[in-house]
Amino acid sequence: MIENTTNRQPILEVKHLQKSFGSHQVLKDIDFTIYPGDVTSIIGASGSGKSTLLRCINVLETPTGGEILHNGVNILDKKNNITKYRAKVGMVFQSFNLFNNMTVLDNCTIGITQVLKQNKDQARETALKYLTKVGMAPYIKAKPKQLSGGQKQRVAIARALSMQPEVLLFDEPTSALDPEMVGEVLDVIRSLADDGMTMIIVTHEMAFARDVSTHTIFMNEGIIAEAGPPQQIFTNPQNPRTREFLSRFMNN
Amino acid sequence: MLPDSFIGQIAFLLEKYGPAYLDGAQLTLILALVGTFFGCLIGFICGIIQTIPVEKNDSPLKKIVVRLIKCIIVVYVEFFRGTPMMAQAGLIYYGLQYAGHSISVIFAGFFVISINTGAYMAETMRGGIFSVESGQTEAAKAIGMNHFQTMFFVILPQAIRNIMPQIGNNFIINIKDSSVLSVISTVELMFTARSVAGTYYTYFQSMVIACAVYLTMTVISSRLLRLLEKRIDGADNYDLSTTDTLAHTSGMTTMPKKHL
Repeated sequence: MIENTTNRQPILEVKHLQKSFGSHQVLKDIDFTIYPGDVTSIIGASGSGKSTLLRCINVLETPTGGEILHNGVNILDKKNNITKYRAKVGMVFQSFNLFNNMTVLDNCTIGITQVLKQNKDQARETALKYLTKVGMAPYIKAKPKQLSGGQKQRVAIARALSMQPEVLLFDEPTSALDPEMVGEVLDVIRSLADDGMTMIIVTHEMAFARDVSTHTIFMNEGIIAEAGPPQQIFTNPQNPRTREFLSRFMNN
Repeated sequence: MLPDSFIGQIAFLLEKYGPAYLDGAQLTLILALVGTFFGCLIGFICGIIQTIPVEKNDSPLKKIVVRLIKCIIVVYVEFFRGTPMMAQAGLIYYGLQYAGHSISVIFAGFFVISINTGAYMAETMRGGIFSVESGQTEAAKAIGMNHFQTMFFVILPQAIRNIMPQIGNNFIINIKDSSVLSVISTVELMFTARSVAGTYYTYFQSMVIACAVYLTMTVISSRLLRLLEKRIDGADNYDLSTTDTLAHTSGMTTMPKKHL
């Protein structure tokens, strides 16, 4: 990921990131950089720390060590405002986490009106734009419990997009979905990649990671075991652990 | 004169004291309504305070203040849940008299019932907040909401919906338990019923009337509360938005745009 540092400013720089739960160290020493337009996929076995890493980037988990620089500013510094930072970093969860007490439209507008302090008409327009993008605009009056898993996840993506974030984090966005709904969600993410959206995607969908991402990170036991362009990671992995992990997927 | 038949005696009491029973029932209902309302308010505030997270890197002052308030709430809840409301009514009404502050029995009644309900609602609210899955909080944080916004827009509406049956329960309990306020001579339904009973020595008949009125109030209340819950839940179905020009339904078949 160091090859294109020439004149672009990184959005996120993760430096020596560490996270422990009690005596159990989940993230040991994580370093990577995200530039505008990067689509970074993070793959690895369950328990390798992928999700924890993503949650640390959004400070839903407080890292126990290291730095996260957002446009050059360390957001883990106590004097920096984490809520302002979070508004610029969207997150899509495995379990959707749509606000159950709100309609589809309100799910998307609440952040715009309350956090970005824009007026209702602007919020509605922005929300509808992104709901249309994910194909959920006709459902604006529905409540989350009335939607299928794939529909919920598409609304969740629209909710994150409505904040017009600089970078979008996906935490296993299709893992909780029935197989026939995985495609519709991946299609949405793929179209975002085409639009040049900066994204970090934790996923078990190997073919998708290979085709969509510009960078791939393979995590193993709390460290980045291998990182590079997806062509290299998926076709010619250098680390034996990567080879072992991928062979299990490719054989299926 | 009091008639001989049981039905006749009830009719006699109703004819002579009907308005008194109704006045008593009215005060009972007002006590229950006001008590439940302020009780819920006290409970909500206590419940919210008890769920304020204290994190490692908060300032020492905040830590101390939050812990102190939480401690006071625990003592309050334990005391008012752990003693009979009848004793609390006496304690507050006669206690204030003893200290030289005379308050009206009505005010004492409202006060005791509110503070007692508040103690129960504090625990109920705490449970209600915990019943909302943590993913809701995380999603709210992830779009940049602060603690207050998360609570106000996301957690509390769901928590309150979840504890609606319990609020209804408390209201019905308050309709009945306001009867203990007769120890401080609050002229609610039970006090009226006992006074009437004493006048003609018709205890059984008067209690039949009192029970019938209590039951009428509680049954109607529980039906109304069910209706309210249904309203909060909203309709089971929804309309697809087709008239909105910004929301083209035609997008359904082609969106999301297929990768070319």
